[in-house]
Amino acid sequence: MLHTLSIGELAERLADKRISSVELTRHFLARIERLNPGLNAVITLTAEQALESAAAADRRLAAGERGRLLGIPLIHKDIFCTDGVRTSCGSRMLDNFISPYDATIVTKLKAAGAVMLGKANMDEFAMGSSNETSFYGPVKNPWDTSKVPGGSSGGSAAASAARLAPYTTGTDTGGSIRQPAALTGVTGVKPTYGRVSRYGMIAFASSLDQAGVLARSAADAAAVLQVMAGFDPKDSTSVETPVPDYPALLDAPLKGLKIGLLREFFVGLDSRNAALIQDALAVYTSLGADTLEVSLPHLPLSVPTYYVVAPAECSSNLSRFDGVRYGYRCQSPKDLTDLYERSRGEGFGAEVKRRIMTGTYVLSAGYFDAYYLKAQKARRLITDDFRAAFQKVDLLVGPTTPTPAFAIGAKMDDPVTMYLNDIYTIGANLAGLPGISAPCGFIDGLPMGLQLIGPHFSEAKLLSAAHQFQRATDWHARTPGGYE
Amino acid sequence: MSNWEVVIGLEIHAQLATKSKIFSGSATAYGASPNTQANLVDLAYPGVLPVLNGEAVRMAVKFGLAIGAAIAPRSIFARKNYFYPDLPKGYQISQYEQPVVGKGAISIMLDDGAVKTIGVTRAHLEEDAGKSLHEGLAHASGIDLNRAGTPLLEIVSEPDMRSAKEAVAYMKKIHTLVRYLEICDGNMQEGSFRCDANVSVRPRGREKLGTRAEIKNLNSFRFVEKANHHEVARQVELIESGGKVIQETRLYDSDKDETRAMRSKEEANDYRYFPDPDLLPVVIDEVLVATVRATLPELPDEKAVRFARDLGLSLYDAGVLCASRELAAYFEAVVSNTGAAHAKLAANWVMGELSGALNRDNVEITASRVSPAALHGLLARIVDATISGKIAKDVFEAMWSEGLAADDVIATRGLTQITDAGAIEKVIDAVIATNPKQFADYRAGKDKLFGFFVGQVMKATAHKANPARVNDLLKVKLGDTKTGG
Repeated sequence: MLHTLSIGELAERLADKRISSVELTRHFLARIERLNPGLNAVITLTAEQALESAAAADRRLAAGERGRLLGIPLIHKDIFCTDGVRTSCGSRMLDNFISPYDATIVTKLKAAGAVMLGKANMDEFAMGSSNETSFYGPVKNPWDTSKVPGGSSGGSAAASAARLAPYTTGTDTGGSIRQPAALTGVTGVKPTYGRVSRYGMIAFASSLDQAGVLARSAADAAAVLQVMAGFDPKDSTSVETPVPDYPALLDAPLKGLKIGLLREFFVGLDSRNAALIQDALAVYTSLGADTLEVSLPHLPLSVPTYYVVAPAECSSNLSRFDGVRYGYRCQSPKDLTDLYERSRGEGFGAEVKRRIMTGTYVLSAGYFDAYYLKAQKARRLITDDFRAAFQKVDLLVGPTTPTPAFAIGAKMDDPVTMYLNDIYTIGANLAGLPGISAPCGFIDGLPMGLQLIGPHFSEAKLLSAAHQFQRATDWHARTPGGYE
Repeated sequence: MSNWEVVIGLEIHAQLATKSKIFSGSATAYGASPNTQANLVDLAYPGVLPVLNGEAVRMAVKFGLAIGAAIAPRSIFARKNYFYPDLPKGYQISQYEQPVVGKGAISIMLDDGAVKTIGVTRAHLEEDAGKSLHEGLAHASGIDLNRAGTPLLEIVSEPDMRSAKEAVAYMKKIHTLVRYLEICDGNMQEGSFRCDANVSVRPRGREKLGTRAEIKNLNSFRFVEKANHHEVARQVELIESGGKVIQETRLYDSDKDETRAMRSKEEANDYRYFPDPDLLPVVIDEVLVATVRATLPELPDEKAVRFARDLGLSLYDAGVLCASRELAAYFEAVVSNTGAAHAKLAANWVMGELSGALNRDNVEITASRVSPAALHGLLARIVDATISGKIAKDVFEAMWSEGLAADDVIATRGLTQITDAGAIEKVIDAVIATNPKQFADYRAGKDKLFGFFVGQVMKATAHKANPARVNDLLKVKLGDTKTGG
């Protein structure tokens, strides 16, 4: 079956003319039509456009062109602006917004011949860890549809897990790629801050946001990241450093690799979760890696730090949604204040409002020093901790999430418990580090993720470490029942 | 002298003359149809990002160097958050805690010729907002975002000015400077150069500053003078009648010539400044500073000192000539031909007839109908005594209105000065002959009739006679007759 093949295998078949991109696209479009109603992972289907792109890719293939992603379909998280296609960011605010331009990563993938099937559901403005804050309703986890898929890239994760596309794009501000990847049993890569352009990616927290990929293996993710990464003159925070050939580096030997076990990640960790990580470490040891324990004393400050910095930035980033130029506008506003208040009051959901209010508060006169400045200091301490740890080890390893996927509705009334879901992922965002979550086993029949974090621009090393783990295990190859 | 001392500080907003906006590639040209120079970044579409225009930074550095200020090796952009329809992002990108230009100073010349130094606290880069349009729209407001994102240099002075006149002198000096540096076109009607004034009064001799009011958006020198003048009077009157000045923002209404309250400190926005995470810190190294320094032109004060020293002009005249780079260049072009020995003559003509004609017909000096070479042509005829200064004014008018060369005007109108003694003597003889009574009276000792004879001779020669020769010869003729008779 086409949807069981890796990106590399699909590229081979396209090159051999055993299949065409149009056939492949039709196959996935049919899967989406059949399976998506039970998942709500895809909120916009662009079938017609997809078939045109596929036909164009077939022409390029026929002309002898080859490419790792040429003719291969994908689904974009609906946070990425796509020219002529609704870009909702999971919000009523942008339910009517047709983007007039493509995000840089969309442009790059298009140029590589990738075929967009549609747009994936997500937590509203990427604010959430369960995909329950979406204006379009919750996404269901293909492993158990009573469970959340994680968030905010929950639609992307569920779509990848259910094989609705060979891969999906996502964004990670506090774990929004890695956490849902873990909870749905796929491989999620959050690159170094600045590795991938943020242009055209609707901002949540600018200093933390990073685009990445959710795929079924590290090898597939490497092929995609290869195309997405690189300096973009339109994004001042993107970094002008060469992009290594990730797929070519996947088999670099792990012998002598120093893997650090983050002591802080194991404090209070569920024993079954800890056992999965220990099993994974055993795999690495067998591959020739050395493990040692390291401590990041300030890491426990991550969650409170994040929930000051991210809301502060979001409160400002979301000011542009004012009902004036695009997006939701309330009916017959009385005056300017009424236009602002009702457009924003009606256009935004509860979680977004909570974060805008938190952010406004921490930036206010009289509170700025106590919250925002203090959080910036804590952020620096956390970053310094990571830097010190990477003097001793090549990679850090730990769980991606504290628990497997929880029931839809279970945590919606308790934001703090919800926020603690990101306890293991937030540190990498605060320090701008790359991280991967790779499937490493199951708890109660639900997938769990192993998280690898590396120094800045160590994506090649992370991908190869995850890839070689996946060659030694088959957790990543498991498919949820009903989606085989 | 009033018992009150006036304290004024200005925040000048100079639009930088970059081709494109400070954070987007849109053009900055003034006067285009609404929203035709606003791209997705200016419109704050979802997902767009700002990219700093390096030219704006270089211009800010240029200004900083010109006022002897420290250039921050690292400065940052911050977001100033508030909601307004002409501010598409809901925040303005500005600089708050770490501006690109630090403390500097500039000197102004007061009416009595004394020089005063005015401190510049800082100058920072920021983006301009768009404009709300209300005219011609019933029950609606329009928004034009062409101006949104135009780079501004906000130049903040110390509260060093002690009168409305000083405030105007300072603003004019900054205006001169930014135009010399070619970083701002200085067009105040188009809003390229405008200011907010912080005004307070305090009892003379007291150290502590009074409570200030901020007058927003003054876009002409006249308004700056009038608004400050009016605001000082309002504050003094208020305090003297037992009231208290409150800290507030006021607007100057030029139609009514008054300021009125806009919002008080309590109502003021909490702008929630924080570093803009979309932009990296601006790092300015010594190489950049040196590169910009190398582009600095001769500054107005330096030029004025040179004019005074090398050309023997008064500092005041030199200052007037250096008020704009173009005026100074014109003057220098004239002097380079006419010669330093006649610099005073050239200065008088440039500041007098030429400036008068330019003002009268509202022509920029760069488009003057009399070129520096043409003016030199006229001055040369004064210097070689072909024509008198008085005739020269008529010749200049003809040059101005008909675009002719001085020599052509002189030749076709036969204006060449009569210097030939024989010719002048003939006229004198005739004048004496036709005015026997005056001649007799003069001879009888009425010396003041000498002027009458000069006038008659000049009239008879249609003012072409060389006045000095006429004087000399008249003295001889009248005196000759006196002694001889």
